[in-house]
Amino acid sequence: MTYFFQQSLNALQLGSIYALIALGYTMVYGILTMINFAHGDLFMVGAFFTFIAAVYLGLPFVPTLVVSMIVVGLLGVLIERVAYRPLRNAPRVSAVITALGVGLFLENFTLVFYPYPQHIPTLIQNTTWNIAGVSISSLQIIIILLSIGLMVMLDLIVRKTMVGMAMRAISWDKAIIPLMGVPLNLIVSATFALGTSLGAAAGTMYALAFPVIDPYMGIMIGWKAFISAVVGGIGNIRGAMIGGFILGTVEIMVAAFMPSTYRDFVAFALLLVLLIFRPYGILGKPRPQKV
Amino acid sequence: MIMDNTPSSTPVSKGHALVQQLKMQWDRIANNRKVFPIVLVVGFILSILVPRFGLVNEYVQLIIIYIGINIILTTSLNLINGYMGEFSVGHAGFMAVGAYVSAIFTTKLLPENLLAAFFPLVVLAGGIGAALVGLLVSVPSFKTRGDYLAIVTLAFNMIVKSVIENIEAIGGPRGIPGIAKLTTLPWTFFWTVLAILVIRNFVYSNYGRGVQSIREDEIASDLMGVNTNKVKLLAFTLSSFFAGVAGALFAHVLQFISPKVFDILKSTDVLIMVYLGGIGSITGSILGATAYTVLLEVLRPFGMWRMVLMPLMLVLLMIFRPRGIMGMSEFRWLIPGFDLYAIKYWRRKKEVSSGTPTS
Repeated sequence: MTYFFQQSLNALQLGSIYALIALGYTMVYGILTMINFAHGDLFMVGAFFTFIAAVYLGLPFVPTLVVSMIVVGLLGVLIERVAYRPLRNAPRVSAVITALGVGLFLENFTLVFYPYPQHIPTLIQNTTWNIAGVSISSLQIIIILLSIGLMVMLDLIVRKTMVGMAMRAISWDKAIIPLMGVPLNLIVSATFALGTSLGAAAGTMYALAFPVIDPYMGIMIGWKAFISAVVGGIGNIRGAMIGGFILGTVEIMVAAFMPSTYRDFVAFALLLVLLIFRPYGILGKPRPQKV
Repeated sequence: MIMDNTPSSTPVSKGHALVQQLKMQWDRIANNRKVFPIVLVVGFILSILVPRFGLVNEYVQLIIIYIGINIILTTSLNLINGYMGEFSVGHAGFMAVGAYVSAIFTTKLLPENLLAAFFPLVVLAGGIGAALVGLLVSVPSFKTRGDYLAIVTLAFNMIVKSVIENIEAIGGPRGIPGIAKLTTLPWTFFWTVLAILVIRNFVYSNYGRGVQSIREDEIASDLMGVNTNKVKLLAFTLSSFFAGVAGALFAHVLQFISPKVFDILKSTDVLIMVYLGGIGSITGSILGATAYTVLLEVLRPFGMWRMVLMPLMLVLLMIFRPRGIMGMSEFRWLIPGFDLYAIKYWRRKKEVSSGTPTS
């Protein structure tokens, strides 16, 4: 039983990282109905800026996190401005392929500078408490609380502020809302800034929890976060959070109670089963098809 | 201002004339129906002569084989992503099935002296294995569409990789080493032409029209009496069959396969080739696969920067020409004769009906 609780804690940690990345996918999808496949790689860039800030600038944890979030948030806005905006009225797949291209570009560009996996120095003094046989590290607590805090903050921004209201309005109708005076481009930029900086925060936390980073780490994590977003119902912010925690739990539990090589297999098989019964995800609503 | 204009206008018009001439040459190649049999015969003869007399070195031959394999992959994925308008991102999964089935045959089941003779059958077996799996994947496509189907194919790719990793009998994560090098230039040419012809004829058949009607509007095509489920099933099966064929050829030229070879990056490669060439165009698939493969080799001197330049060019292409090289248009010699006739017939009929009433 202690083993179970121990693994639950790990699941919460991994799930909160997935959820943070999934939020970026789902926000961009909600506004532009476009899958930003470069998002997983922005997560990777976030981890690398953590590395840069920590090693070259010697910053402690909080400034590192802030630097990484701001830089990657700006990078996300830049990518949207340069690569996605010219394609806003093009066929949807062109934008998706552009996103794949941007992702590959980020991976390989990072690879040129860091061809080998890098080690992240310890930024947080890790103390471990033992409560009823379950060992809890301060790092885990920080990751879980911080990501939950960020998610609550995002939820508040989207639900209570003017920017959030504009975002929801644009995801409702992209054609009419700009006519009512909502600046479309500004809101899209704000969405990208928010989404990618959350991804960067996840990158920082992932880099602290699993301190070896390489330029291709964003691919697998990115796809899994995307799957979390779909499980929760893509375009739905609370769905993405739930989906992230579900996927994290499933992965950790499969690895804990079955041979660990079955992890991907069971996770994806579960995803398929879920999509058969809830084809639009847990919180997603089916869109009526019109002829 | 006017004085300046005169000398500078000459090179501009010269360049313009060159562009015009190139365009004319391009049209001549694109529209001449005699090109097709010539390409077939000359290509086949060359594919036999080149390795026999060593006309080009081994390295170039290898690249030509890779171009052939990539053309098969691209054309088959174009059937799903281009003609049917779905977004399948797991093509490497089918490829893996084909590669593993064929590699098991050649390394474990068949005696060594029979390998070369049985190679076409082995490739066929790889294709059939992949087609059976494709049949399975087509079932969720009956209900889910768009991004959700993309997830299904993605999950399928991961599941195939994960299953292979967990079966010790076929090497698990270590893969199968020491596969005989059986993929030759003539066989690659044969399978490439077969894939192009079969997929082209399928696209222009009744079922192919059904496939394209699903892309335009699934509900409407259902109402018009297209059996969408059957059409989807056929398209997925055919597409995965040729992906399996490509996988089998790939395994026997690389001579070593492991689950890692067929991960999501490989699928991304094929996707890039499809959209580089342009969706809904066989010509585009051929050009896209060739351009991508050749460019990767030409840029090799740039070392690591090659992989940076490549996606950059893709993004620029998508921004300035979102349809890809040949999106939705076709060389005339790749359209079946009857369809050309039909197009001409309808065009004439339209002219007659819109012009002055003569009869």
